[in-house]
Amino acid sequence: MPIQVLMPALSPTMTEGKLAKWLKNEGDAVASGDVLAEIETDKATMEVEAVDEGVLGRILVPAGTEGVAVNAPIALLLEEGEDESALDQAAPAPDKGAEPAPEAVAQLPAQTPRPTEPPAGDVPAEPEYTGPTATMTVREALRDAMAEEMRRDPDVFLLGEEIAEYQGAYKVTQGLLQEFGPKRVVDTPITEQGFAGLGVGAAFAGLKPVVEFMTFNFAMQAIDQIINSAAKTLYMAGGKMGAPIVFRGPNGAAARVAAQHSQCYASWYAHCPGLKVVAPYSGADAKGLLKAAIRDPNPVIVLENEIMYGHSFEVPTDPEFVLPIGRAKIERPGKDVTIVAFSRMVGVALEAAKLLEQQDIDAEVINLRSLRPLDVDTIVSSVKKTNRLVSVEEGWPLAGIGSEMAALMMEHAFDYLDAPVTRVTGADVPMPYAANLEKLALPQADGIVLAAQSVCYR
Amino acid sequence: MAEQSGAAGKRGGKGKAAETPLDRDLLLKFYRDMLLIRRFEEKAGQLYGMGLIAGFCHLYIGQEAVVVGLQSLAQPGDSIITTYRDHGHMLATGMDAKGVMAELTGRIGGYSKGKGGSMHMFSREKGFYGGHGIVGASVPLGTGLGFAHKYREDGGINYCYFGDGAVNQGQVYESFNMASLWKLPVIYVIENNKYGMGTSVERASATTELFRRGESFGIPGVHVDGMNVLEVRAAGEKVVEHVRGGQGPYVMEMKTYRYRGHSMSDPAKYRTKEEVSKMRKESDPIDSLRTHLLDQGHADEAALKEIDREVKAIVGEAADFSQESPEPDPAELWTDVLIEA
Repeated sequence: MPIQVLMPALSPTMTEGKLAKWLKNEGDAVASGDVLAEIETDKATMEVEAVDEGVLGRILVPAGTEGVAVNAPIALLLEEGEDESALDQAAPAPDKGAEPAPEAVAQLPAQTPRPTEPPAGDVPAEPEYTGPTATMTVREALRDAMAEEMRRDPDVFLLGEEIAEYQGAYKVTQGLLQEFGPKRVVDTPITEQGFAGLGVGAAFAGLKPVVEFMTFNFAMQAIDQIINSAAKTLYMAGGKMGAPIVFRGPNGAAARVAAQHSQCYASWYAHCPGLKVVAPYSGADAKGLLKAAIRDPNPVIVLENEIMYGHSFEVPTDPEFVLPIGRAKIERPGKDVTIVAFSRMVGVALEAAKLLEQQDIDAEVINLRSLRPLDVDTIVSSVKKTNRLVSVEEGWPLAGIGSEMAALMMEHAFDYLDAPVTRVTGADVPMPYAANLEKLALPQADGIVLAAQSVCYR
Repeated sequence: MAEQSGAAGKRGGKGKAAETPLDRDLLLKFYRDMLLIRRFEEKAGQLYGMGLIAGFCHLYIGQEAVVVGLQSLAQPGDSIITTYRDHGHMLATGMDAKGVMAELTGRIGGYSKGKGGSMHMFSREKGFYGGHGIVGASVPLGTGLGFAHKYREDGGINYCYFGDGAVNQGQVYESFNMASLWKLPVIYVIENNKYGMGTSVERASATTELFRRGESFGIPGVHVDGMNVLEVRAAGEKVVEHVRGGQGPYVMEMKTYRYRGHSMSDPAKYRTKEEVSKMRKESDPIDSLRTHLLDQGHADEAALKEIDREVKAIVGEAADFSQESPEPDPAELWTDVLIEA
């Protein structure tokens, strides 16, 4: 039976076009790849190539015809051994041939997971730690986390600016070059997009890079590699290949470094599926979350804080100590109001809780620890108890972590709220340099106190 | 079969006198692999026209000699990465035509279960690391694959393909710098098909000798007639030896040409029809190899016809599979976002 040549579509939205010209005549021999005709739409022209070889038996749509429906037969091709008598046996055009497939209506699965819930499977609770601890700075806790994981797994290596010979711009990688050598502690040129992408490529190959950004401000140069290459590949590959990689470094405001060096990226990264995002507060958080991040087979963003690097905490020293990513920690139990915060703002919230105590307001302070996945259960359980929520972050208000908190309460705790969710955020301006203005731009304990008083109607 | 053994007999007669150092089997493999890409892409274009493939679909027709010639030098354990005009590279690494075509139609039998599409397929087994849609972004990724070869001391090298359109992206030079600094085993293959989308190299690049783009990083470069598979292979041999030998990266500029539009919907106003048909007529990589095979007595018409049939069957099977394979289950929407620990 002769082969039907159909009117092609140039794009998924094209339904009809003009058959502009035939480049072959009836009776011509045709080879695969030969241009048979040209078609036109208002947007473009396209050549119709033969996909089979044979003889052009009959032209069904003459040149110059407008409004030819997509998928309508435009010619018949005789296969080897067929003669013209076969033309009349050709199957008639399917009636609905020109209709685009009616599959446009998306069908959502009956059980659509709530987009803000953690992905399938519960994150295990934090195991109780009874092992040895030592007093150390957050800086040392981070270094120990990397050193322990590098001792444990030869595929783990460090990549970043000034991390080796200089010992780290903020001395987080102090001593690691000496222990692990230049092959595993790699100083890069100042080339964020390049080395972030190089890290992702190495992770595709199965290595486990820990990429340091001197600060996350510079990671904006590399954000395409972080989102498009690292976060999305597992999905685009149908699960065949992902990137086990950690991007870490100080995030948020330091002190007096002005707008380009003082920004919180929590909501940026937390927005993106395919990433995990953690923001440690204490030394134990820093160590346990960074170790978990390095062991995690997914890309993980670790948002540290420069000001916290010098703060000391009791930190577990057992090399098997890790924290589950996706679990918040109740830093201070309370019954009157829930305050959620992450990173350095946990400390500010705890300071506010002390001040509130003097006014007989018993605040519960939740250290989020993980921003993706979010520990929705812990936050919701707390609000069901306190009926009030104050969210604290250094970042800007619009589409921030606090906005997400407000939305979560609407979805999960609406009937339990006795006051509107209140946000304490960074001022909606680029960070100023002047000391007094910088202080005004960042959440302070007294601002959190005011917010808590307000939701407690005091 | 009789015809085939006849051809083999001819080879026996010519064997001693063969001027080319490449043996007949390899030449026939070049022909078969290029033809497979050509026929596969033609079929993809046809399925697109029928509405079975949608979105972006960048066809490799015309450029077949580049990837077939160079990948013929690849060893198991090597890695390859490219941008979004990637179907040819997948087929050249031995990925299954059925899985590639079913990905184009967005079906569960596709390499990415229908979730990646034309530009996003991967096979660690075959050393193929994508399939990337952001122009220039695959170059640091390929450099990282080269880094991993060196880190593991596995003897592998990375073939990092990108187009003339990517060469003005900053991250290409960030990559060149690190690759040269650390002597990474990466071949940067610039497939110069003369047009980045609709903008010619002359209108986009201040310097058009793209093989020299690594010079300021100390990376040697070579330009190659990318329409001639034998020249690609010959140039590739030297480059692969350099890179595999630990002497650092190399830039190869392949002068090539795509016959089709940038993607499927292409206004075709930026070049003349005469230009396209002249390239097809005078420089087609498959036609010229075919002529070479016949002239040199490596094969006769019947032997080539047999290859045509084999390729046609593979492509037909792929096209059938790509329509029979079901769409992904709705539950697939939620899988593969993260690896569950």
